[in-house]
Amino acid sequence: MFTAFLIKYAEIGVKGKNRYLFENALVQQIKYALKRCEGEFAVRKTDGRIYVDAVSDFDYEETVVHLQKVFGISGICPMVYVEDEGFEKLKETIVGYIGTVYPDRHKSFKVAARRARKNYPLNSMEINMELGGAILDAYPEMCVDVHKPDILLNVEIRDKVYIYSRIIPGPGGMPVGTGGKAMLLLSGGIDSPVAGWMIAKRGVKIDAVYFHAPPYTSERAKQKVVDLAARVAAYTGPIYLHVVNFTDIQLYIYDKCPHDELTIIMRRYMMRIAERIAKDTECLGLITGESIGQVASQTMHSLMATNEVCELPVYRPLIGFDKMEIVDISEKIDTYETSIQPYEDCCTIFVAKHPVTKPNLNIIRRHEHNLDEKIDELVQTALDTKEVIIVR
Amino acid sequence: MQVYLDNSATTRCYDEVAELVCRVMCRDYGNPSSMHHKGVEAEQYLRYARETLARLMKVNEKEILFTSGGTESDNIALIGTAMAHHRRGRHLITTRMEHPAVLQTMAYLERQGFEVTYLSVDREGRISLQELERAVRKDTILVSIMHVNNEIGSVQPVAEAGALIKRCNPQTLFHVDAVQGFGKFRIYPARMDVDLLSVSAHKIHGPKGVGFLYIRDGVRVNPVIYGGGQQKGMRSGTENVPGIAGLARAAELVYAELDRDVERMYALRRMLIEGVSRIEDVKVNGCPGEDGAPHIVSLSVRGVRSEVLLHALEEKEIYVSAGSACASNKPQISDTLKAIGVERDLLSSTIRFSLSVFTTAEEIEYTIQALEEMVPMLRKYARH
Repeated sequence: MFTAFLIKYAEIGVKGKNRYLFENALVQQIKYALKRCEGEFAVRKTDGRIYVDAVSDFDYEETVVHLQKVFGISGICPMVYVEDEGFEKLKETIVGYIGTVYPDRHKSFKVAARRARKNYPLNSMEINMELGGAILDAYPEMCVDVHKPDILLNVEIRDKVYIYSRIIPGPGGMPVGTGGKAMLLLSGGIDSPVAGWMIAKRGVKIDAVYFHAPPYTSERAKQKVVDLAARVAAYTGPIYLHVVNFTDIQLYIYDKCPHDELTIIMRRYMMRIAERIAKDTECLGLITGESIGQVASQTMHSLMATNEVCELPVYRPLIGFDKMEIVDISEKIDTYETSIQPYEDCCTIFVAKHPVTKPNLNIIRRHEHNLDEKIDELVQTALDTKEVIIVR
Repeated sequence: MQVYLDNSATTRCYDEVAELVCRVMCRDYGNPSSMHHKGVEAEQYLRYARETLARLMKVNEKEILFTSGGTESDNIALIGTAMAHHRRGRHLITTRMEHPAVLQTMAYLERQGFEVTYLSVDREGRISLQELERAVRKDTILVSIMHVNNEIGSVQPVAEAGALIKRCNPQTLFHVDAVQGFGKFRIYPARMDVDLLSVSAHKIHGPKGVGFLYIRDGVRVNPVIYGGGQQKGMRSGTENVPGIAGLARAAELVYAELDRDVERMYALRRMLIEGVSRIEDVKVNGCPGEDGAPHIVSLSVRGVRSEVLLHALEEKEIYVSAGSACASNKPQISDTLKAIGVERDLLSSTIRFSLSVFTTAEEIEYTIQALEEMVPMLRKYARH
C-alpha cells in the first residue's frame, strides 16, 4: 500500500549554511543505496524534507533494508499519497489506512494534521478532531491519547494528502562523503570492520588497507577481507581496498629484531605503510580497531609505540569498548559471521609466546636500526606491488 | 608449469567425459521416467551405464544403485542396512581411520542407539584381522572398512576381511568404501565377500555429484530418500542422467589401460618418495612400498606447518592438500594421522600428494626440486 518514504534526518537539520551540502550528500547516498533495490525511485528534496517516491512496483521490505544502511537517516516513514477528493473521502481513506496497517487495533492514537495549503476548508485542529472521531466510530476498541499515543497518525495537506504513522529507525549518523576520507587498517578480525563502520557513520568515506603474507596467509584469508570490506561497503559505498604484500618485510624483521618485539615493530611498519598510502590517496586519517588492553600489542605502552610513527591522526573508535560490545555491533552490521572464519592473519603467524606488553620506545627504535640496510627498499617494493581492489 | 597433485580431493574430468555430459544435458535431456521417445533415449544412458559398471566389476547390473557420490553411497549403506536389520542386532564395526562420510554416519547411528566398535590400525594404517575376528559378534549387522585410505593411501586386506567376517557370522554384511580404490585396483565385490561398495565419479576423472553403491542381490537395505520411486524405490529423485553417463564413460576410460597406468603411477610415486626422502627430517607416512595405493603420498615435514608449505607450493603452481587443516585458533587434527600414531609435532606438519594418470615425471621432478628449495627456507622462519 505504501508508495513513498519520508526520510527523517537528525543532525543535518541543525547545520547552518552548510545544510544543503549535507542534504545533497544524503540524497546521493540514498540514490546509491536504491540502485540495489528492485524498482524505480525518484528522490526529491522539497520543503526541507527528503522524499523517496516509488515510480514503479517495488519490493517494500528490501527497500527498507537498504535505506536502513544509509548514514544520516534517523527515521524512515513509509507513506501513502492520496489525491484530495474532499474531506468525506479523506475520512474513509484514513479509516482504511488504520485498518490495513494495524491489524491489532487495541491501541491509543493521536491525529497530527498539518496544513501546508492554507486554503483547505478545515484548519488543523478541526481536521484532528474530525478524523479522530471517524477512527473512533469505525474502531471502538481504539482510544485517543494526546500525550503518549501508540500511533501518531500524521496527515499533511499538501499538493496531495500525505499519510504516515510508522517510523522505522535508520542508522543515524551523517551522510558518507561529508566528512572527508580515512584509511582503515582491515585485518580480517572482528574489530576492524566495526571500527570502519563507526567512523563512516560520522560521514567519513572509507578506504582500506590489508596486509597479506603469502604463503603464511592464504588466498581465502584475503577473500575473507574482501568479503568484510563488501559488508562495510553496503553502508559506505565503494571501498578501495589496498592489498599490500607484507611477507618480505615480516621475514626481514624476524631475521633482524628480537622475537618478542616482532609484533610491535611489524605494526609500526604497517602504520607507516598505511600512512603512506593514506597520504597518496588524500585520506585525512587512519582508522584501527584497537581497544586498550585487548592483546599485547594494544596495551597503552604498545599503542604509544605504534602511534609514534604516524603524523596523521589515528582514529580508534573502539578504544574503550569491551570485546562483547564490539561483537554486538559486528552482529548488527553483519560482519561477525565472516570475521570468525578461521583463517590466519599476518599478525598471528609469527607471534611470540610472550610478546612484550610494555615496549620501551628507546629500545624499539634502537632495534629498528638493525633494519636500516634494506627496509626502505622493502617498503617501497611493498607499495609498488600493492593490488587495489574496488569493493562494492 | 602447473602441477596438480591433489587428485584424492578431485580429478580433472576427461575431455571425452565432459563432452558426453554436455551432450546429454543439451541434446538428450529427457527424463528417463517419461513415456515418450526423449525419455526412452535418456533411459538408454542409464542402461548402458549400469551394464558398463556391472561388466567392469563382474556383477549383475541390477546391483548398481546410482547416487550423488561417495558420501551418499556410504550413508545409504550404513543407515539403510542399520534400519533394515536392527531387529537382528544393533552392533556395527568400522575402523578409526574411515572417511568422515562413514565416521559421522556411525556417530549418528550411535545417537540412534546402535553400538559401534572402532578397529585400531597399525603404524602403516592397516587393521588387524585378529582384532576384526574378535570384534564380530552374533548381533553384528554390518562391518564397514575402507579400501584405500584417502589421507595416507594404505590398502586394507578387503578380501581376507570379507572371508573372515562371513566365517565368523554369515549374516553380517560387509560394506567397503572404495572411493579411493576404484580405478586403481580391480575390484570384484562378489569374489571378495563384499555386500556393499561405494564409488564416486569425480575421483576417477568423472563429473562431481554422482557415484554409485553396489548392493549385492538379495541384501536388504532400506531407502534413505523417498519420493517418486525411481531406481526401484531405492533412491527416489530423477536420475542424474548426464552425471551417470559421465561416470560410466570415465570408468571405461580408467579401466582401458588400468595395469599400465597403475604401473606408471607406482613408478612416479616411487620417484617422489625417493626424491623427498633426500630432504632432511621428512617422513613418509603409511606404506611407502607397493603395498600402498599407487597415487597417495603422505609426508610429514618437521618444523614446517602444513598450511604454509601448501601455500608456498601453490606459489609455484603445485597444488597439494594439507594432511590436516590446522588454523591458528582451531586445530583440526586428522583422525587418520592420529590413528596411525603420527607424533604430535608432525600432525600439523603433514601434507598429501596425490597423483593421477595425467601426472608426468617432469612434474614430479619439478615438485621435488621445489620442496628441496623451500623446506630449509620455511624452517628458518618458524613460530616460537
